[in-house]
Amino acid sequence: MDLLDLLVISLRTLGKNKLRSGLTVLGVVIGIASVTTMVSLGQSASQLIQDQFQNLGSNVIIVLPSASQSGGVRSGTVMTLTEADAFAIVDECPSVLAVSPFIGTAGQVIGGNVNWKPDQMLGVGPDYPIVRKASLSAGAFFTQREITAASKVCVIGYTVARQLFPDVDPVGQQVRVKNLPFTVIGVLERKGANMVGQDQDNILLMPYTTVRKRLQNSAFSNIDLIFVSARSEAVSTRAEEEIKALLNERHRTPPGEKPDFEVRNTAEVAGVMTAIMGGLAAMLTGIAAISLVVGGVGIMNIMLVSVTERTREIGVRMALGARPRDILRQFLVESVVLSSIGGAIGIALGVGIYAGIIALLNAILPTTKWSFQVSIPAAIIALLFSAAVGIFFGYYPARRASRLDPIEALRAD
Amino acid sequence: MALIKLRNLSKTYDLGEVKVHALKEVSIDIKEGEFVALIGPSGSGKSTLMNTLGCLDRPTTGSYCLADEEVADLNADKLAQVRNQRIGFVFQNFNLLARTTALENVEVPLLYNPACPRRERKSRAAEFLKRVGLGERMDHKPNQLSGGQQQRVAIARALVNRPPILLCDEPTGNLDSRTSREIMELFAKLNGIEGLTVILVTHDLDVARRANRALVLIDGKVLVDTTDFNRAAEALHRRALTDDDDSATGEQASSE
Repeated sequence: MDLLDLLVISLRTLGKNKLRSGLTVLGVVIGIASVTTMVSLGQSASQLIQDQFQNLGSNVIIVLPSASQSGGVRSGTVMTLTEADAFAIVDECPSVLAVSPFIGTAGQVIGGNVNWKPDQMLGVGPDYPIVRKASLSAGAFFTQREITAASKVCVIGYTVARQLFPDVDPVGQQVRVKNLPFTVIGVLERKGANMVGQDQDNILLMPYTTVRKRLQNSAFSNIDLIFVSARSEAVSTRAEEEIKALLNERHRTPPGEKPDFEVRNTAEVAGVMTAIMGGLAAMLTGIAAISLVVGGVGIMNIMLVSVTERTREIGVRMALGARPRDILRQFLVESVVLSSIGGAIGIALGVGIYAGIIALLNAILPTTKWSFQVSIPAAIIALLFSAAVGIFFGYYPARRASRLDPIEALRAD
Repeated sequence: MALIKLRNLSKTYDLGEVKVHALKEVSIDIKEGEFVALIGPSGSGKSTLMNTLGCLDRPTTGSYCLADEEVADLNADKLAQVRNQRIGFVFQNFNLLARTTALENVEVPLLYNPACPRRERKSRAAEFLKRVGLGERMDHKPNQLSGGQQQRVAIARALVNRPPILLCDEPTGNLDSRTSREIMELFAKLNGIEGLTVILVTHDLDVARRANRALVLIDGKVLVDTTDFNRAAEALHRRALTDDDDSATGEQASSE
């Protein structure tokens, strides 16, 4: 009597009681299905966060002005960062790959006969594509020459391009921003929405010098933010330290005082977000796992009933030469087959529910892109886990069956 | 040389307050090829003796040698092996697995016999079903078979591992008289033609007469060991009369 015989016998036995077998595995089905759904959704959410931060740029560090404080008086947020700070960062910090000054503005853009309001109208530097990991689908980005000349050129996002120039190639077209004519020299590659559902393609980029001199009519060289790209994720913390040291020196921050700028490392934020999502997913998975335990108890219950019901069969098998271990194996295999079938159905159901939720999320939040990813190793682990549930909860009933006295068992009715 | 040798075999059930002596110092020899009937009223210890002979139970004291092997020394696995390969069981209530075809029922002992390869199981089970005259009904389940047919399936199952001993516990108890005769004829044939040692446990003297030797068991003791069935009948009759006098049942008589 080998494993194949045992499998055949148990499948035959379970087949004779289809309804009961079905109801018994239901607990495991629900348990495995919820674990599968939770783990998969957790993975998708983590992936989404990672994608978002990837979209933001590679290893981005943001330097922003902070409320300066002197003598206990808060004087609000002031523009303390200059373009010279930005150049100093890229020149003097060895862990920094590129920087881009950043000036925010707002307004409407008129192109052809369409009046459109981009979500973001930004003045940036020539290294913006490197820092924000943006690429162009058409045309070119502005260079240091346009920055120096404060040229009236712009690069527009996919949404803006579609709104203003649905039928023609936007590159080379004229648009008007605050009554100034700008030439479109490039169109950005489509990025989709970010985490909070904001359309990242509804954007218009101009040289930061142009924004300052021509739109804001400012004589100062202040900028809103500096976007910094570290050379790699590994050195992003070091880059952060270098920037802090450099700016403290440049801004002459008195020792012990709070500096008048802040440095935010998105890699850290991404790490924290991923950790939170991971923790949340783990907690939900834990709750789902409890239902798996309940399912296991259900199997144990039915196996105990089955042993009692089939006492006579056990007696007959013993009289015909079954050793105690043969009986033990028969019942153990039966409960493992039961729980594994439940596990397999549960995985299929879980993947189905997961696919449904992903489809629903993508339908409700059209601007975010939730990925559907089924992990084969995770499925195999789930299946092995359900088999383990069968062994764990099936052992006691099986052992009980194997310890029956053959004479007593034969007399049972 | 005796195939089965019992020496001073006793079996006592300890029920806490009382001890029940089901078998008292039983000594018998059964040779290969014999057809023995174990006769006795209910409570005489027949079933206990039968279970002990069938290696389902162990004696409390005394010795049971099966083909020169002391059964008391065997562990549970060895006993299972003996039941599988040396003894065929036929029960009063057939004890077939429900909702399982005749063929699959006959295959069960082969599952536990490592000497029978998987591919031979079906053909061997089919061969034995044909021998008991059920070649046409191999795919029938017990509830689709008559009592006599079910008992034939059980006999095929008992024979399929080619054991030297066939142990039959009231095999005709649930059958009508005509079917009983057919089944008894089958046993006689197995004994006479195939040389199988058949041990038949019954309370019915008419059934027992098909055997060649009678062992009358009363109150846990072998009272009569004879080939003359009239003597056995006499002993049973005397016993029945004393029972009436004492108005005591067999169970009470055997307890102390």
